[in-house]
Amino acid sequence: MSKLTPKEVLLNPLFNNNPIALQMLGICSALAVTTNLNTALVMSIALTLVCGFSSLFVSLIRSQIPSSIRMIVQVVIIASLVIVVDQTLKAFAYSLSKQLSVFVGLIITNCIVMGRAEGFAMQNPPMLSFLDGIGNGLGYSAVLIAVGVVRELFGAGKLFGAPVLPLVTDGGWYQPNGLLLLPPSAFFLIGFLIWGLREWKKGQVEKNQFKMAPQVTKEAF
Amino acid sequence: MSNKESTSRTLAVALAVSLVSSVFVAGAAVSLKPLQTENRLLDKQRSIAAIAGIGGAELSARELRELFGTTIQARLVDLQSGEFSDRFDATSFDALKSAKDPQLSVVLPKREDIASIKRREQFTTVYLIESPDGGIDTLILPIRGYGLWSTLHGFLAIKGDLNTVAGLGFYEHAETPGLGGEVDNPRWRSQWVGKQLYDERGELVVQVVKGTVDPQSTMVDYQVDGLAGATLTSNGVNNLLHFWLGEQGFGPFLARLRSKES
Repeated sequence: MSKLTPKEVLLNPLFNNNPIALQMLGICSALAVTTNLNTALVMSIALTLVCGFSSLFVSLIRSQIPSSIRMIVQVVIIASLVIVVDQTLKAFAYSLSKQLSVFVGLIITNCIVMGRAEGFAMQNPPMLSFLDGIGNGLGYSAVLIAVGVVRELFGAGKLFGAPVLPLVTDGGWYQPNGLLLLPPSAFFLIGFLIWGLREWKKGQVEKNQFKMAPQVTKEAF
Repeated sequence: MSNKESTSRTLAVALAVSLVSSVFVAGAAVSLKPLQTENRLLDKQRSIAAIAGIGGAELSARELRELFGTTIQARLVDLQSGEFSDRFDATSFDALKSAKDPQLSVVLPKREDIASIKRREQFTTVYLIESPDGGIDTLILPIRGYGLWSTLHGFLAIKGDLNTVAGLGFYEHAETPGLGGEVDNPRWRSQWVGKQLYDERGELVVQVVKGTVDPQSTMVDYQVDGLAGATLTSNGVNNLLHFWLGEQGFGPFLARLRSKES
């Protein structure tokens, strides 16, 4: 394996190895918190920080962690960081933390954070791991914010809660698309996003894992 | 130096990581506690103000503090006798906590416990907005009861005639978003404003109906549309309203206020 440069580690997860679009991780929270940009942004910042610092701390003590309990040690570190983030949000952004409700707590089980701690930080030095965590957090954030913009703009006619497209109900011309405020719409949007990304970077298209056998019609017996 | 994978080493690492993490977490929790408690209080006050129709999310912390010092007054009420009481400080008294304290609450008989809250506190805090002549302009009562999944916590604001609803809302619940969760919908909540609680004979007749209210009906002033697809939450709201306005709830208190007025 060639030597990883800090820049690669930080920027690769944005498009080349995006945690949501390529690794298909963290979809659950991406559906839940993208109905408006405020929550999407706060969630992005929270996850990026947790991912970065958990990778940093795991990497700092990586040579001390016995392999039999390495997962538990990682989860303890991640959980502590998440609790601190959650408490901070409750203290300084109460209404946002109310909207995000359980999803901040669920960063603990977010596969991106665990995946980076186990997959990268356990083998790499602290600074590189920190950048890798931040980079993956940014990759997650990019998707969240893209989806959040579309959902809030076309679902509610607003951006960051400020009206952009005047709604019919307020005397404007825009009839909002209510579907975009429901979780399934995020599936469609992420699907389109992945499609677009793979058209642009053909290397991300996966090989078929199996060949479909031609369908054979059997006689009834 | 023992091997990294040995049992003692494993235990030592586990202990060290847990210790450091717990100090970290405890430190954050303790140092941020005062801010959080204040936020929770402000959030509750904001919802009281919104339900009473004074303002809403745009109220700043300073405006709220001012509002609750002057315009909106907290008073402690003895639910049994229906009298105001001074046994505890009304602003800091936690009625929900006291509902679990055997000395400060009563067990409700099953038949009368239509809101399914099991125990009812002896004292609770109500909020008053006084009119310029010293009477009551708006009375805000805490209400709670079981919906489908959760206990709904909210407030009912009544006008000075103790009959017209000034607003109703819930600040905490865990009903299904989109169905029962529509109790938060501003459009549904706005229906409550101006509804009457009691008919001419003084019977409590306010009701959440199933489906929509028939505009031709003689009861139109007392009825509110049910929530579509959330019959059990609608029933829950109906029951908790009847409970808290009934004999076990604020009935004695309201009766006393009414007799004082006339």
